[in-house]
Amino acid sequence: MEKFFTDAQVYLPILLQGALTTVGLAVAALVIATLFGLVLALMRYSGNPILSFLSRSFINIVRGIPVLVQLFYIYFVLPEFGIDLTAFQAGAIGLGIAYSCYMAENFRAGLEAVDKGQLEAAQSIGMGWGQMMRRVILPQAVRTVLPPYGNTMIMLLKDTSQASVITVAEMTFQGKILAASTFQNMTVYTLVAGLYLCLSVPLLLLAWWLEKRFGKK
Amino acid sequence: MITIRDLHKRFGDLEVLKGIDTTVGKGEVVCLIGASGSGKSTLLRCVNGLETYEGGEITFAGEKVDARSPAIRALRTRVTMVFQRFNLFPHRTALENVTEGPIHVKREPVAAARDHGMALLERMGLAAKAGAYPDQLSGGQQQRVAIARALAMRPEAILFDEPTSALDPELVGEVLGAMRSLADDGMTMLVVTHEMGFAREVADRVLFMHDGRILEEGTPEAVLGNPRESRTRDFLSRIL
Repeated sequence: MEKFFTDAQVYLPILLQGALTTVGLAVAALVIATLFGLVLALMRYSGNPILSFLSRSFINIVRGIPVLVQLFYIYFVLPEFGIDLTAFQAGAIGLGIAYSCYMAENFRAGLEAVDKGQLEAAQSIGMGWGQMMRRVILPQAVRTVLPPYGNTMIMLLKDTSQASVITVAEMTFQGKILAASTFQNMTVYTLVAGLYLCLSVPLLLLAWWLEKRFGKK
Repeated sequence: MITIRDLHKRFGDLEVLKGIDTTVGKGEVVCLIGASGSGKSTLLRCVNGLETYEGGEITFAGEKVDARSPAIRALRTRVTMVFQRFNLFPHRTALENVTEGPIHVKREPVAAARDHGMALLERMGLAAKAGAYPDQLSGGQQQRVAIARALAMRPEAILFDEPTSALDPELVGEVLGAMRSLADDGMTMLVVTHEMGFAREVADRVLFMHDGRILEEGTPEAVLGNPRESRTRDFLSRIL
């Protein structure tokens, strides 16, 4: 046990550096997933058959391919088309796109849960589509969306570990290198697991707080 | 003001309006009665462009009502609607519900819109509830806020889609009272209703609809008191 703590003192700074990259990656991917997911959900909700078809097809294709394969594709295949991305960029975009599909489904459920009468009331005072979404539908959809949104956020945070396979120096990647070079598998992976937990708990609390804050009106 | 000529509307294979012809003049109060499924609400919704139609034409003050045209938005600010289930915005207070359209659609100055909104709530007897959210109001209060919301656009006509059907019986009176005061002020109103007492006392004209057609049309005394058609008599004997 004593050895664990002395080793931990050495490993922790390295792992924390990885944790910083993990957080950066998660935030970047979350922003992409949220914005793009919202676009996909609105395309589906718009009632326009072409937009809806495009959105549905995209979601089904992306959902049908493992995140890992998507990351390989973006990092190793796109350069052949002249699109060169750093490992971090590829990771953020790959995870962002993969998760945009889950987010889109969350958002769609939220949008569809808003009473159709709200649409009609907004239309009947002359609102256009964009205004209706912004002022009437989305504020109400947020209520339904927040709990699954928080859940997806935590899944995304954990899935950033998959970016280690395309050499993003996030926490799992750092852990793997440390473990391989020191053979202290137990110490290293216990620390890694503990750190992921430390990152998830604030998100859980945030999700809980958001739900309380916006769950009312 | 509202002219409906040979209006046809279908939902898939089901033809719900089979050639409607009527007009609503400025300042006129017209009540639409008839059994559910007769097409009353659909007709009303066509007038506001909430439904498209396949044949015939609706015009409002000479302008064609076309749900697919961008002009429908401007038209909707001139003909507003009150719904059976109120459809207030639950995330906004009573006053915000009322001022939403004037501020964000018509771009009226905020202070003026608020003053006007307060005056309308006052008129509806709800000045004290300006800051309340819809779920803190009774059904009758919610519907009166909805009427204030429709009025806030300073419309030339208001459409009412069974405005009292979702209310507890003891709350019907306050809503009908508010509507009556609008009628007294000369507002043009097209009202789908099952309240025969209201139709009798307030309407200038009553239309009886059956199976997608207007079967009988005339003064309340004529249609409600002395109906020509057997179907009208059947309907009235069932409802009264």
